[in-house]
Amino acid sequence: MRIYILFVLLLLSTTINAQSKFVFNNGAEPDTLDPQLISGLSEMRLAEALYEGLLSYNPKNLTPQAGVAKSWKISQDGLHYTFYINPNAKWSDGTPVTAYDFVLSWQRALTVATAASYVNLFFIIDNAQKFYKGKINSFSKVGIYAKDPLTLKVKLSKPCSYFLDLMAFVAFYPIRIDLLDKYKTKWTQPKNLVTNGAFTLDQWNSRQSIILIKNRHYWDAKNVKLDKVVALAYDDINTAYKMFLEGSIDWLPAIPTQQIDEIKLNPDYYVSPYLGTYFYRFNITKKPFDNVHFRRALIYATDRQSITKNLLKGGQKAVSSFCPPVAGYHPVEGCYYNPTKARQELKKSGYGAVGKKLPPIEILYNTSESHKQIAETIASQWKQVLGIDVISRNQEWKVYLSETKKLHYQVARSSWIGDYGDPSTFFSIFRGNDSNNRTGWNNSKYNKLLNQAQTETNPKKRLQLFQQMELLLVKTDPPILPIYRYVNQGMLREYVMGWYENIRDIHPMKYIYLDKTN
Amino acid sequence: MRFFFAKIIYAVTVLFILATVTFLMIRLAPGGPFSQDQALDVSVTDALNKRYHFDKPILTQYKIYMQNALSGDLGVSLKQKNKPVSEIIVTHLPPSLFLGAIAIVLALLIGCSAGIVSSLYPNSGVDYWCMGLSVIGISLPAFVFGPLLQTFFARYLHWLPVAGYGDIWHLFLPSLTLALPFASRFARLMRSGMLEVLNQDFIRTAKSKGVRPFKLITIHALRGGILPVVSYLGPAIASITTGSLVVEQIFAIPGLGREFVQSALNRDYFLVMGTVIVYGVFIVICNLISNFMYAVLDPRVREY
Repeated sequence: MRIYILFVLLLLSTTINAQSKFVFNNGAEPDTLDPQLISGLSEMRLAEALYEGLLSYNPKNLTPQAGVAKSWKISQDGLHYTFYINPNAKWSDGTPVTAYDFVLSWQRALTVATAASYVNLFFIIDNAQKFYKGKINSFSKVGIYAKDPLTLKVKLSKPCSYFLDLMAFVAFYPIRIDLLDKYKTKWTQPKNLVTNGAFTLDQWNSRQSIILIKNRHYWDAKNVKLDKVVALAYDDINTAYKMFLEGSIDWLPAIPTQQIDEIKLNPDYYVSPYLGTYFYRFNITKKPFDNVHFRRALIYATDRQSITKNLLKGGQKAVSSFCPPVAGYHPVEGCYYNPTKARQELKKSGYGAVGKKLPPIEILYNTSESHKQIAETIASQWKQVLGIDVISRNQEWKVYLSETKKLHYQVARSSWIGDYGDPSTFFSIFRGNDSNNRTGWNNSKYNKLLNQAQTETNPKKRLQLFQQMELLLVKTDPPILPIYRYVNQGMLREYVMGWYENIRDIHPMKYIYLDKTN
Repeated sequence: MRFFFAKIIYAVTVLFILATVTFLMIRLAPGGPFSQDQALDVSVTDALNKRYHFDKPILTQYKIYMQNALSGDLGVSLKQKNKPVSEIIVTHLPPSLFLGAIAIVLALLIGCSAGIVSSLYPNSGVDYWCMGLSVIGISLPAFVFGPLLQTFFARYLHWLPVAGYGDIWHLFLPSLTLALPFASRFARLMRSGMLEVLNQDFIRTAKSKGVRPFKLITIHALRGGILPVVSYLGPAIASITTGSLVVEQIFAIPGLGREFVQSALNRDYFLVMGTVIVYGVFIVICNLISNFMYAVLDPRVREY
């Protein structure tokens, strides 16, 4: 009998141990765990586990839900937000999370010397941009105010339909300013870091792994089922894939795409839409790209279906629109593959066989086998349909960034991933003076529509404004050639529960658990 | 004494030139440490440039960097947000050195054994096999051999871990991958060295005096036959320790090789300088030791 009990206890203990540790490959070594300096996906995954904002993401559909704030109130004009902090919200050292923590953290983000990555997202708050630019010296004039330890009031400069979504975004997470002052640049080291999320930092083994353990002071700790999260920092995807097959990884968020045919047969493979678009930029300051008919000719001559079906093969969707469907937005279709129309547009442009002679045009891409294949395919399509000679040229990432920023290119490979669940995260980059525009395109009608969309409070009208903008962007006066919509591709063990496919590839660790009973 | 002093002065000058050229070259490369796909606000890049003195003329930056470096401050990583470069080097150099040390021992064991066997049975089947394999070893790149080892020993046989760093078992496959081309070169050098010695008169004399074959090889022939291997050992140690980037990547070893290459790609100015200086010091020390050893073994060298 005693042996039997021992056996059961042993079995139980191994089951519990096995169920509590979740291992995934986070890809690259995180640059930092400071939420206001973070900009990469691998860091965001960890920050979402370590910290919690006023609101948090629903794991299924990413709608904002209670986080540190247990409830909130929005004024009728959509400018005043009041957040009521959960009195049980605590830091991992047991001290309560207060409204003052948010005020101090956001003040830090709005200080130029911090060099916060997403500081522009704060500019929707009243006077925030003026404070940042030094036009206001007193932070008390900025629309962030702690009425008492449990009440935070925020005043916006104009209504913002996605403001609640931002409240769950990493840039708005609170940090412990007192510990930052105490430990300076070492405040994110495991022995110094104090966080308010479902997990806390246990170990940081550089270029190996980051180990998080359950934060027992977290207000919702009883619903956190994982005891430990191991984020591996293996940047060789092939190695990580072998480890998944060997059984030592539970979740592989990226796969070696050259083995896609083999991987697709694995029942653990998953694919779902992603909030990102792969496209080409045209430099419209250079001839012949200043000619809208010439640009349209190239767009009509591009068969994206053959790229997604024959080259990528991972479920990517060939598209003629720029912004993915998000927050009720339905993209406007642009110019589909149509060789006849392509030749007509070329004729209208005055270039080509019957018009002005064209020197070879160049496609610039950052060094990658996949980008190379796509560029060569498009070059051959343009040659075939329009008779244009095209050369493709690769550059190392930083050189490519520098060249595209200076508009030293004709056609450049590009991509854009949305930061938050609203179409404005896509459309705002093509404002004439935006540093992410990088096409030389400055359409006054588009800029005007963008301004209108930013202040429009009627959701239906706002989405219509975005559609009008997209029509300009992909059909009427296109500075870009949309190619395909990104997908989330990865591998997940069948016993991983509480993990849901979603458009932003955000999977809060708080809800994940392992069920190995079957 | 003058010889040793001159060599040290020479080594310090080389390091100074290396640091200066690297500083200028990385600054001249297009792109900067803060450029990224999602462009940062101009005020953010201005603040960062000011913080790290990148807004000052390049000569002023050089002066500031050199003064700090000479006082032991190598700066912070610009990519790994303010992590001290010295801390990164201290964390990542030991795995590279450890991996390199195991690889060099493996390369010597495998290479010398194969070379000796080949030299004892020249132009035989064994010789052809050993030398044929050594040609494959030299020509097979690490990014092919490493994954082959992973697939066979880790995925199918489950004898060793696929990747990672922790215990000796994690280091076996990466060090074998790293050792292969060097073992192949050692085998060829050992074979030619041994063949030359085995044909000499003193070996024949020893044989006629009835010295047993094992003693003949280990005591008499090996001493002369191993000299080509010894002369190649210096550059091999430097090369094996500093050139393990691909192996580190495949087997997820947190070594300095990846930091070195990534820092250059990321335009992480201070980390590039730090890693170049560390590798420079390592190679210069290896060369100094080898120069001093030659001088001790052959006093004629000191005259040059």
